[in-house]
This record gives sequence, C-alpha cells and structure tokens, in this order.
Amino acid sequence: MSRSLIQASGLSVHFPIGSGLFVKQLLKAVDSVSIEIEKGSFFGLVGESGSGKTTLGRALLKAVPISAGTAHYDDGEVAYDLQELDGAELKDYRTRAQLIFQDPYAALSPRMTVRDIIAEPLEVMGLTKGRAETDERVREIAARCRLNLEHLRRFPHAFSGGQRQRISIARALVSGPKFVVADESVAALDVSIQADVLNLLKQLQDELGLTFMFISHDLSVVAHTCDHVAVMYLGRLIETAPTRMLFEAPRHPYTKALFSAIPSLDPDDDRTAQKLAGEIPSPTDQPPGCKFQTRCPHAIDICKSQEPALETEDGHDVACHRWKELMELVAA
Amino acid sequence: MTPLIEVENLTLQFRTDEGLITAVEDVSFTLMKGEVMGLVGESGSGKSVTAKSLMHLNARNAVYSPGSRITLHADTGPVDVLSLRTPRELNVVRGGAISMIFQEPMASFAPAITIGKQMVEQLLLHSDMSKGAAKSVSIEMLDRVGISDAARRFDQYAFELSGGMRQRAMIAMALSTNPTLLIADEPTTALDVTIQAQVIDLMKDLVSEFGMGIIFITHDLGVVAQTADRVNVMYLGRLVEEGPVREVIRNPRHPYTQGLIAALPKLEDLDAPLTPVPGDIPSPLERPSGCVFNTRCSQVVGEECMALVPTNCRLDETHSVACHIYREAAE
Repeated sequence: MSRSLIQASGLSVHFPIGSGLFVKQLLKAVDSVSIEIEKGSFFGLVGESGSGKTTLGRALLKAVPISAGTAHYDDGEVAYDLQELDGAELKDYRTRAQLIFQDPYAALSPRMTVRDIIAEPLEVMGLTKGRAETDERVREIAARCRLNLEHLRRFPHAFSGGQRQRISIARALVSGPKFVVADESVAALDVSIQADVLNLLKQLQDELGLTFMFISHDLSVVAHTCDHVAVMYLGRLIETAPTRMLFEAPRHPYTKALFSAIPSLDPDDDRTAQKLAGEIPSPTDQPPGCKFQTRCPHAIDICKSQEPALETEDGHDVACHRWKELMELVAA
Repeated sequence: MTPLIEVENLTLQFRTDEGLITAVEDVSFTLMKGEVMGLVGESGSGKSVTAKSLMHLNARNAVYSPGSRITLHADTGPVDVLSLRTPRELNVVRGGAISMIFQEPMASFAPAITIGKQMVEQLLLHSDMSKGAAKSVSIEMLDRVGISDAARRFDQYAFELSGGMRQRAMIAMALSTNPTLLIADEPTTALDVTIQAQVIDLMKDLVSEFGMGIIFITHDLGVVAQTADRVNVMYLGRLVEEGPVREVIRNPRHPYTQGLIAALPKLEDLDAPLTPVPGDIPSPLERPSGCVFNTRCSQVVGEECMALVPTNCRLDETHSVACHIYREAAE
C-alpha cells in the first residue's frame, strides 16, 4: 500500500481559447505540476487569483480534462489513473472524491429542504437501496456536521453562513469520499464562524480518515490547518514544504513577498519587507523564463531566459535559480 | 482637532414584508478631521448601513428614528444630512463632500462607458470645471494613484483593467472631487494580498497628502491595525466598543471584541488552537432583548445581560465599551 493518495506528475491543464480556425491560443491554467498528497493529510494549496489553484483542484477531481501528464489515485481499495479514467470507474471515483464549494449561499438550492440537498448525491449516484437507508445516511452525516433533525426539514434560507457551510460539508461527505477538495471553503465566512468550520473540518478528517486538499488565498488559515503547503504562481508550482518549514523559512521570493504582505495585527509593525510591485501576468501572455521574473526584485539574466526546475532539499522543494544565494544573503 | 462628522443616536429600521427590521440601533460617534476610523463587524452588524446613512444613501424602505442626527461639518458650514431631500441638496454630500469606494470595483464602474468619461462626468456635476480641465484633473489623479500610462487608461473601459488597477481607478475617481470625508467599504477584500498591500500603502499616502477623514469599513482586523487611528466595533446594529486602534487590539474589553481577536488565526503562534465565538449571529428578525451579544457571550454576569441594554461605559477618555461587566467600574 502506498503512502500517497494522490500522485501527480507533470500535470497540465490547457484551455484553447478563441475560435480561430488555424491559430488557437492556449491558456495554460496549470502547467506541468508534480505533487504528492499523503493519505490522511491536510494539504494546502495557496496562490493569488489566476495562479491555477482552483483548476488544479478540479483536475484532481477529474472535473476538467487533463491535457498532459499523469495523476494517480490510490486509496488502498482501488487505484486509478485519473488522466484516462472514464465510464464506470469514473462514476466510482466520483463517490471517492468530492468538492466543497466556496460560497454556501450559492451552492445550495433554495427550493430544496436540507434533507433533500444532503441526500441528492446518494440518489444521483444510486448508492443506497431505498429511502430508509438514504435517510439513515443523511442523518448520520448531518449529526457529524452538527445539524439536527429539525434542521433537515428546513430550507437553506433559514440558516446562517456557518450553518450553510456545514450543510455543504455534509452534502460533500455523504457519499463517503476519501479525498475532499475544499476550495476557499471558509473565505465567505465571518472570522468568528470561520474558526468553527475549520475545527469541524479537522475533526471530520480525524474521525472519517479523510484526505483534504485545502485551497485558500488566506495564508494564516492555511498555516493553522494544513500539514503541507504548496504555493502556485501562474500555473506553476513554485514551492512546497511541510507547513512549519515553509512558514519558518520560505525560500522562493514570491512566497516571502506573500508572507510579508499579510497585514499584521500589530499596529506598530511597520514592516519594511519588500512589497511586490505590479500584478500577476495574464495566463495567455506568460513571460519567458521564470514566471515570476516580471515582479521579482532579485531577477537576473538567467531568470529571464530559463525557467527554473523544482529543486528538493530537506523535503522542501523550490523553483528558483537564486534561492540558495538569497537565503545565504539573509543569513549573513 | 475639529469634528468632521457627528453621528448622534442613529437608529435605522427597514420596512419589509416581515415587519420592521432593526439594522442600526442607537449608534453615536464623532470623526475628527484627518482621522482614519476603522468600522469593524461581521456581516449583518450594520456597518455598511451606518456608513451609507452618512450620505443618506439607504434604500427607500429605510426608516430613521426621530432622534437620529447626522451633522457634517463641510467647508461651507454644518449640514444636517438626514434632513436633505431633493437630489440637488443631496449632491452636496453624495460625491461632493463625501466620496465612497466600494468593495467590488468591477461592479462600481459602468461597463459600457470609459473610465475617463465617468471621472469627468462627476467632476462636471460637482464643480464648475470645464470639460478640458476636468479631463486633465482626472488624468492627473490616475497618475497620482500609481496608474502608469494614465492618458491611455483614461480612454479604456473597466474590463480592460486588472483588479488592482480598477481599485486604484476607483480611488482616483473618489478623490478627484476633493472630498472632506472618504468612506471605503471593504476596499481591499476582493483583492489578492500582494495587491491589498499596495492599495493600503496608497491609501496611507493619500491620507497624509490630502488630509481628509476616512471611514474604513472592514471585517479584517489586520487591515484595521495597519490603517486606522481609531476603531469602532459593531455587532448586530450596535456599537459595542470604541477606542484607539492600539488600545482596542491589544487590550480588547468587550467579550465580542475579545472573541473576534481570539478567533483570528495568528502566524506568530501556529500551535494556538482556533477558538471560534460560539454560536451564530442571530437573525435580525430575532434580536435578543437586553444585550445583543448575550446569545453568544461566555461572560454573562447575570440577569441584567438578558434584560437590560448595556449603556456605554467610558473606560478612559478615548476608550469606551457597552457591556454590563464594566458598569460597576464606571459608577
């Protein structure tokens, strides 16, 4: 039995754009990404809008076509190669891999009761033998998500944001998945509720033995919940490491800038750390060489012509030509 | 320091099919000239509604209670905002003395009119500038907020600009009429952190350059800590704590403010457990009697929390809190 639940290698998702007959431009949303997600881990994926984090999550759920590379899924019971998955196997994979959406206000149908919302995946996928069994499974998962019988009879409009997100979570987990992608699942919630939902996710992971991919732009949330973090920029994986290692000593200049941009709670913390100029380039108009060179304060000639490969040292991967030199500079 | 805007006993309800819903209740505060005030609270706390009342901008079904008073000390003299009725009168505050920046810059610009045309239009409306002068002022403002190639951007549409650029353009537009008060409603929430940092820096620079008062509405305490001089914390339509930013963040006194700060994941201490404020914010249709926070408060001191609305206790000259815990101290 392998330790990793998901192993992707050189995974790419490219979308053709425009309807030109001859020249079709390619939007490289995810470009040659290799990651490994261990069983039972809480894997964080961070990056700004346009970095490809959502597309990568969807590719691992086989919700967007994989253009190149491989992605292997192995939960101990079954193993699939996601890039060529179809038919009955794909159907089975759908019960094993689920998505929790960002916006609990948009994700729930206002015309269905909470019971029906949670039961829908079971019915659509034909996972239960009858209504009695469906009700049983719905009640069980609802209880785990702290929803009572009274809640199940009501419609979503009667619930607050935090309760709605718990309904979304119950719906995603009712089919008994092993792998769950949570895409910005707390971003729409208020701070006082956010912690509650995060604690619930951690608890469910523990109780049900789930593996999470947690996509977020909020670094402090990721730091508190994830075991391992990957940073994306313009479709590329630029750094990945165990959470503590990454937050204690980030290696990529982009990761460093991302950390220093988080507004500090201390009003007197007037950080002089470099702030990034400019914005993330358009994915249809990517710079040559390192994708970050247009905004990087340390870019030199080689960065403009040659794309850095991911280098591993002490279980910490980074794709930067100058990371060692820059780390030594900081240390000195 | 002289006061810029004074809000006294603001109570605002919305008339709906389900009856009158209280959005803001008995809120009073004063903003001084050149001061940056952070208005913090969760969704449903009434922070945006409070800010919109300053421009008399709430929907038609809004009912202000008779005791509510908002006085704007404009350059031309005091204006009683809530008594303004006609569009011509309202123009004095809306876009004139007060400008507003919204959360979603894409939704705030008309999609089929160029950025420049929208900027010029409001300048013509609020000043006696000629069209040519308005254009050069607009381009100058775009340049000032860090938009490169401003003359070209002037003729572009909102969709042609990136997110950060649009928010800069929004700020340029809001500042071009030279307002005395700027209301920024979650201006960085839709932006990525690196862009948020740029916009926060820009706003800080502009405050020191133009010296207007700013009300910064946000749910992000980190953003408040980095921008504001003073903080007002709202919960379910009530002002629960008010004080200087350092004081409120380092030494929060209201159980809600304490809970809010404890709930924030902190980068300095990754081992600290996340402590949510228990329960959910009640629906405005089911406002608790007594203290509005009593359904979630872990420090309820007794019957009075359930029955009596706590009055404002002054802890010192600048810091006050509406909570029964501090009532004895104040007496």
